[in-house]
Amino acid sequence: MFRFAVRRVLLAVLTLFAVSVATFSLFYLGPADPASTMCGQRVCDPATHERIVEALGMNQPVVGQYADYVRGVFVGRQIGSGDTAIDCPAPCLGVSFRTREPVTDILKRTYPVTLSIVSGALVVYLLIGVSLGMLSAIKRGSFLDRISVGFSLTFASMQIYFLGLLLTFFLVWQTGLLPRPQYISPLESVGGWISGMLLPWITLGLINSAVYARLSRAQMLETLSEDYIRTARAKGLPIRRVYMRHAFRAAVTPLVTIAGLDLGTQLGGVVITESTFTLQGTGRAAVQAIFQQNLPIIMATVLVAAVLIIAMNVIVDMLYAVIDPRVRLG
Amino acid sequence: MATHRNTRPTHDTSGPYLQVKDLKVSFPTEDGVVRAVDGVSFSVERGRTLGIVGESGSGKSVTSLAIMGLHNRKRSNVSGQILLGGEDLLSLTDEQVRRRRGRDMAMIFQDPLSALHPFYTIGRQIVEAYRVHHDVSKAQAKTRAIDMLDRVGIPQPAKRFEQYPHEFSGGMRQRAMIAMSLINDPDLLIADEPTTALDVTVQAQILDLLEDLQREFNSAVVIITHDLGVVSQIADEVLVMYAGRVAEYGTTEQVMRGPQHPYTWGLLSSVPSLHGDADEDLLPIKGNPPSLINVPSGCAFHPRCRYALLEPGPSDTEVPQLLPLLLTNEPGHRVACHLPERQRKEIYENEIASVGVAT
Repeated sequence: MFRFAVRRVLLAVLTLFAVSVATFSLFYLGPADPASTMCGQRVCDPATHERIVEALGMNQPVVGQYADYVRGVFVGRQIGSGDTAIDCPAPCLGVSFRTREPVTDILKRTYPVTLSIVSGALVVYLLIGVSLGMLSAIKRGSFLDRISVGFSLTFASMQIYFLGLLLTFFLVWQTGLLPRPQYISPLESVGGWISGMLLPWITLGLINSAVYARLSRAQMLETLSEDYIRTARAKGLPIRRVYMRHAFRAAVTPLVTIAGLDLGTQLGGVVITESTFTLQGTGRAAVQAIFQQNLPIIMATVLVAAVLIIAMNVIVDMLYAVIDPRVRLG
Repeated sequence: MATHRNTRPTHDTSGPYLQVKDLKVSFPTEDGVVRAVDGVSFSVERGRTLGIVGESGSGKSVTSLAIMGLHNRKRSNVSGQILLGGEDLLSLTDEQVRRRRGRDMAMIFQDPLSALHPFYTIGRQIVEAYRVHHDVSKAQAKTRAIDMLDRVGIPQPAKRFEQYPHEFSGGMRQRAMIAMSLINDPDLLIADEPTTALDVTVQAQILDLLEDLQREFNSAVVIITHDLGVVSQIADEVLVMYAGRVAEYGTTEQVMRGPQHPYTWGLLSSVPSLHGDADEDLLPIKGNPPSLINVPSGCAFHPRCRYALLEPGPSDTEVPQLLPLLLTNEPGHRVACHLPERQRKEIYENEIASVGVAT
């Protein structure tokens, strides 16, 4: 187990290095000219351009900039020079090219929003999706099964922005059943947090639950045809015991993997959901940064997403070994 | 052996413990009705072993699953009578049958690796089999389970109790499954091809074990197999099935030494003998097992029978009945064939008895 962990950490570091180099390179290899974007004039005059470039630290060679960046993450650095310099303590992820706000502050501001959306939706889609899927597998061919298949097809084909706007229109504006979607920190008001997040949770939750309903139905059907289920019945176990203890645990294993990886990706930023409900989450910040050619924010969001995905990969592998004793990590 | 209370009601102990009468099992499918079992009758007494022999698709496993009540009632039609200790299982509710499953009748399956749950330890699975029918503490159940593991010949049973199925070898897994099925002292044990997935040497050990345990527990045993060697070693009576019907039925001695159905002849001739001539070709039965949706009319075996045309007549129109022998004194030996008995004896003595394992 120890060797497994060490190997995975080393691999993670290597991956992060590769990701950061790639992001940096792609940015500079592309037609990047953030200085012009931030100029404010249609055609930037050379003096202003030069001044902005210097302030951003972009007059240094790319490798140097990268080295500075890495150093900043571990030790902290000074950004820019002269009287416009900013002190950036570790972990320094740079400052926004546009507003000069430290990126760590931006993340601290936007990340809780994304986390709130994802965690709530996770509960919704796992609960609804998995139980619906399992039930329809158990009662295959029945009315419930047909409804759930229809449900899955409908919602899996829907787009978040479509369903989100539709639900907002009906549930918020027309009938007033739900409050306006917004982010209120749970530290301020738990009630406000929940009511503001309900609509995103329902939307993202319903759409994803369709996918998980399909998946868990297929997994459960396959598991139910296994020999050990027949043995369990032959022992005289009550059918509920067979379903819950024997079938469920076996069927759920691949779902854990998929859900974990899904979660890792979503934690990196649920851009469409954030945009649909105009919530200032990390995903939205990342996309805006791309349009604004705001490299520090891009780097930070990419790296954070990479860290989360890698971490979820490791967690999912370990969970698999916990559930399935045939898998041994060595 | 740790003591445990027998919670079963007293049975009708007269007569055979298991009696199957005119069992029919069919599955309606999109392509037609699959008549997997089409009128099978047999009985097994306590302390005796019945071997059910047949090819794949003959209905052997479907019969055993019907006895255990493991068919999905919504997707199958089961008719006839299955008397277990005098009670007709087909007239009971699902819940009543479930209570008897594992307790009065138990089943072991062909591949113990896939038949045991991979995520739970052997010990836990055996304890579960015990505790579902007996109200005892986990500790008591554990003691009994370890006793059973020891009884079936698994070394270091206490240590093995905590291990997973994939940590066992094939033979030991099958022993563990036998332990699990016998832990409640069932009066009927059905073994569905218990040795097919095992090495030959292990196979012999498992069969010996089953014989020992039957002597000790005095249970009725039904062993399903396609292997005639297994049948001759362990079975007291033999039921030869073909296309869901009984072709021949009798004691092992009668059926193996004096078979009277062309299908049984075919089976015996198909098995290579250690004493036979190595240069001679094997005599397989021509053709393929029939579709159970479109069962051949009349005698189901007639398309493949070498003697079907000898007797111009009812092979393809009438289903032969299972009748006792009149010319020889072999009580209990019954054959379902249109060929006259005299002719069958002649054919057997002249052609079959000198070929294959019948020697």
